[in-house]
Amino acid sequence: MAVTTPPAPAAPSSRPFVYAAHRKRRFKRPDFLHLYTVLLMVYLIIPLAVMILFGFNNTHGRYNLKWDGFTLTWYRNLFAIGQLTGALKISLLIAVLVMIVTTVMGTLMAYAIHRYKFMGKGVLNTILVLNISSSSVVIGASLLSLFVAWNVALGQFTIFAAQVMFSIPYAVITVRARLAVLDPAIEEAAQDLGATPLATFFKVTVPQLLPGIMGAAMLTFALSIDDFVTTSFVSGTTLTFPLWVYGSTREGTPPQVNVIGTLIFGIGLSVAVISGVIKERRDKARLRLING
Amino acid sequence: MTITAAETPVPAAAGRTPVHPAVRRRMLKKRFTLVGLLIPGGAWLALFFVAPILTLVILSLSTGNVGLGWHLTYTWSNFTQSITSYKAEFLHSFEFGTAATVVALLVSYPAAYWIAFYGGQKKTTYLLIVLLPFYVSQLIRTISWQFILADQGIFLGPLKALHLMPQNFHILATPWAVIGGLTYAQIPYMLLPIFAALERIDRSFIEASKDLYATKWETVRRVVLPLSTPGIFAGVLLVFISATGDYVNEVILGGTGTGVIGNIINSQFFVNMNYPFAAALSLVLMVALLIIVIVYSKSLGTEDLMGGGTY
Repeated sequence: MAVTTPPAPAAPSSRPFVYAAHRKRRFKRPDFLHLYTVLLMVYLIIPLAVMILFGFNNTHGRYNLKWDGFTLTWYRNLFAIGQLTGALKISLLIAVLVMIVTTVMGTLMAYAIHRYKFMGKGVLNTILVLNISSSSVVIGASLLSLFVAWNVALGQFTIFAAQVMFSIPYAVITVRARLAVLDPAIEEAAQDLGATPLATFFKVTVPQLLPGIMGAAMLTFALSIDDFVTTSFVSGTTLTFPLWVYGSTREGTPPQVNVIGTLIFGIGLSVAVISGVIKERRDKARLRLING
Repeated sequence: MTITAAETPVPAAAGRTPVHPAVRRRMLKKRFTLVGLLIPGGAWLALFFVAPILTLVILSLSTGNVGLGWHLTYTWSNFTQSITSYKAEFLHSFEFGTAATVVALLVSYPAAYWIAFYGGQKKTTYLLIVLLPFYVSQLIRTISWQFILADQGIFLGPLKALHLMPQNFHILATPWAVIGGLTYAQIPYMLLPIFAALERIDRSFIEASKDLYATKWETVRRVVLPLSTPGIFAGVLLVFISATGDYVNEVILGGTGTGVIGNIINSQFFVNMNYPFAAALSLVLMVALLIIVIVYSKSLGTEDLMGGGTY
């Protein structure tokens, strides 16, 4: 092939000269993509809409499959199924504990990885990557093997241990993303002004990290309360909310499940929207402060 | 510890420069801080991630049963048997996983592109809507699909009533239902990293491409697409691993002949109580996924998954 010859200049006639101002207009907004995105959103929302709608269904049989009119019965009798309520309580308790413990562990670990050089850092990073890229089935199977081999009684503790373990990498990633955008000069300034490392950490680093820590907390809570596969391996006879729901699919899922799903959805969404609005306000206030 | 001993300068070892005690103390303090930061999470990971995987390896090479306990006999037959007995299920898992990954990528990319480049002021709102499924338990969403796709349900029912579709037509209990359910569950996980990558693209590159007379399609193909590969890489990895190991969608939306390996592992543990065999099955799945992930990472250029750049 004639690589050595320089490419011939493009024939000038193939592209007529256009003024820059006109050229800008050539890239029109892709309206079909707008439509496509809206359709995708509708598709993503359909199962959620079904869940919410059928929480109001006045069904009489065991199967909540046909629309039988509007009712608030299921909201009034939300806690009528004792086992379901118990499972939900256990799920919430474990989720709160997992959230607190994992967020603390993840924040400390993220800080160590970000700030220090140490032996075994590569190993730690590899373990985190392996952890996050392991299939839930494998994680569950390996934990069950360990607990059986060590004669550990399966139950709330083993669920907690498993969920903290697989949530740690997510907490580390979330906090590290925040650490990456922080200015180390601020910490150095605190130390120059005589703050001890501990005081620097709690009075300077943690407040700046707060958005990342909050993000990690919300994420680990969600990971915990929604986990089915890993939990099912290590739960023994303990039932969490997802485990109960899974069991119920065989004989018809009661509308209370829809209601609980709707409530969790509403609370989660409110938290996300409120924190988003607060962040926006804060950003605007900061901008005003900077601009005078 | 005797402080006086530490105060006296340490005699220099051959080839080492002497370290001032104050510097030594600070180094020691730093080491203690580091240990304090790393111990809680590190110990947890060692105890509940590394140790279990090692137990899984030992168990897979053992013989015995629940009553008598297991003994390490270096039996490899579990591995050969797991592949020969459950070839179909392994294949299903990887087929469904691959199909869900490809479809999720093709479906998510255009939407992520539109939101990132044309979302304007409503960008966060659009993103929030796309991520709404995150706020509902995955199990409930799958059950919702089972309900929607039921043979006489809200989707197929009217179509059949209008004779637009044969009466015996069904979606549930087919591989398509499983792939559909998996894809639905994975779209947000695919869309989010791609969106993040598209957001990071410097808009002046697009301007430059326009100024150099690229058509819109050329700009997308030769500027936007290459620059968004980190997002595609992360999304594909995340989705492929989780879709291949998943069995909830298969159990709820699948039927006879769609069995996947996750469910086999589960039943080998809980129904057959054949722990060594179940351990071997899990390890085969883990290693197969690992090989695919490594080959894939190498072919696309290594990316630091933990989001922290170089160390």
